[in-house]
Amino acid sequence: MREIEYRDALNEAFDEELARDENVVLMGEEVAQYNGAYKVTKGLWDKWGDKRVVDTPISEAGFIGMGIGASMLGVRPVMELMFWSFHSVAFDQLVNNAACCRYMSGGLINVPIVMRGPANGGTNVGATHSHTPEGLFAAFPGLKVCSPATPADAKGLMKTAIRDNDPVYVMENTTLYGNMGEVPDPADGDFTIPLGKADVKREGTDISLIAHGASVLRCLEAAEILQNEHGINAEVVDLRSIRPLDQDVIIESVKKTNKACLVDESKPFCGVSAQITTLIQEYAFDYLDAPIKRVCTIDAPAIYSKYVEPDQLPNAARIVKQVLTIA
Amino acid sequence: METASSPNISPLDFASSPINKTLSPEKKIEHFRQMTQIRRFEQAGLKQYSAGKMGGFLHLYIGQESLAVGAASLMGDNDHMITAYRCHAHALAVGMSMNECMAELFGKATGCSKGKGGSMHFFAPDKNFWGGHGIVAGQTPLGLGLGYGLKYKGLPGSALCFLGDGAVNQGAFHESLNIAALFGIPVVYVIENNGYSMGTSQKRSSAYRDCLAQRAEAYDMDWDVVNGEDFYEVRAKMHIAMERARKESKPTVLEITTYRYYGHSVADANHKKYRSPEEIEKYKRDHDPINLWRQRLLDEKILTEEAAKNIDTESKQQAAASVKFAEDSPAPTIESITEDVYWETDNNTEASKIGRHFFND
Repeated sequence: MREIEYRDALNEAFDEELARDENVVLMGEEVAQYNGAYKVTKGLWDKWGDKRVVDTPISEAGFIGMGIGASMLGVRPVMELMFWSFHSVAFDQLVNNAACCRYMSGGLINVPIVMRGPANGGTNVGATHSHTPEGLFAAFPGLKVCSPATPADAKGLMKTAIRDNDPVYVMENTTLYGNMGEVPDPADGDFTIPLGKADVKREGTDISLIAHGASVLRCLEAAEILQNEHGINAEVVDLRSIRPLDQDVIIESVKKTNKACLVDESKPFCGVSAQITTLIQEYAFDYLDAPIKRVCTIDAPAIYSKYVEPDQLPNAARIVKQVLTIA
Repeated sequence: METASSPNISPLDFASSPINKTLSPEKKIEHFRQMTQIRRFEQAGLKQYSAGKMGGFLHLYIGQESLAVGAASLMGDNDHMITAYRCHAHALAVGMSMNECMAELFGKATGCSKGKGGSMHFFAPDKNFWGGHGIVAGQTPLGLGLGYGLKYKGLPGSALCFLGDGAVNQGAFHESLNIAALFGIPVVYVIENNGYSMGTSQKRSSAYRDCLAQRAEAYDMDWDVVNGEDFYEVRAKMHIAMERARKESKPTVLEITTYRYYGHSVADANHKKYRSPEEIEKYKRDHDPINLWRQRLLDEKILTEEAAKNIDTESKQQAAASVKFAEDSPAPTIESITEDVYWETDNNTEASKIGRHFFND
């Protein structure tokens, strides 16, 4: 199968959806003429023009609210936050308007928007640009959240997100944009991945490493070390979608391996892994041979220094160390 | 009123403006009826609120009726309306029924939002009414989006986005104004200036030279000030702004001076402390938009005292009937709490069957 970059997989998703549905419009800061701050939307303005690919001013509350309002009339805006960290200046729109309008109208309205952009640490840009709010937004009923780790998942989930009739927040990752991976050729048919479906990225028998986003790749690295150096055969479950959540695959995996280590780039307090923990204790309690362990980002705002930021985030060494405490 | 902007009370008689000259006597009476119904509805709501029949807040529009009715009277198929939490009048003006609105106040399943929105969140997309929004100025980017949607789809309409004078100092509003002018969005921002952002007078909350709408100049946008007590003036100036949106795809800021008789909400116990009782009485006596419209129609000899009285009596009866409807309606079920959260689960789509959407115990 052909291999393409994560960013190009996303680009292909936008291009295909722009062609499929005339109501799809890309919006955001620098997405059009500049080709995207991270070149995710490269070439799309040239191809689709001003109407379909729209540069907005640096006014996140303004343009995101605008997209939400337009979606009520049937436009399907796919809006970029240059960094998901900038959610804070548009929080009222992202939470009160996108998540609650359907509910407060008794189901008369739906808000078919996609919010997207990178949400990750690890690039030495300091605390204000390194937030990982997937757990935060998944905590609001009415919103859907996904976090693809591979180019194929990025394309497949993005296309599904655009077609979904609810607000879907897609958390990408600047450290993944340049990664290569197999993605089915468009000539072979429409390629989508449903929300709410996890993917076992590595089969194993001894412990379940459960993660999403870039942490999935850290788990795969750790699994190799655990196998090669410690004879531990780890299973790696990629959640892909945070809400809806594939609880069945999580529970099946833990029932098989009897041990779980959750790896989560969000902060430990009420992060995604905290929710997974409560589900495992409720649905697989009798199968556990050890306490559930977690590897999260060390509980402080993101540090700038390149010398230590890699160790603030989950990485293979931290995962291996944590796994060995219950191995 | 001393605290609001000085309205440019025009010597012009707006009865002779084209949009009003074509207004039939029947329509004029109909608009009197709508304003009367709105007032009687809210007065009935206040009585029930005071009796503990509903929860939450109740933000009354009493004193401001000419604004919502005047605007709604100009709406065609491609014109849309959105407002903040003081939304009862807009809802009734676009044609929502007293029953569904009163039931919503009561939190009943027959309410316009099935008891999920309450006083601040009335919606009727089938009547081009998009709420009913609780956060000050949170609706101003949504109104921009309604205009964006019209333009995107090539529809010759306007988006009427109402806000209070307290909302003009929110960032989201300024972001919206900039984008509206920059993109040429057919939106009309209507500042309903009742002089007070909750309990803080305009002079204590806003920096301005002559009026609030003048801020539009900073965004190279057209603006005007409207005397809200004159129903003809409201319609005439709204019409110009709506035509600018429809025909030139350009935004406008209108500031309509008005007054609310009650507090910010009914729970606002201080509303006679931050303004004098005399101020309130003066407005009721000399500037009440319904009384003035009624007198105008009497002067034009298209309404009689008796007909006006009948309309008022009927409106009271309708409001009373809506209270009974609300009283007799069922409450929402516990099961309904998790309905209307996701379109996909409500419609039982394939997508809704994949993964867990709700995390109840």
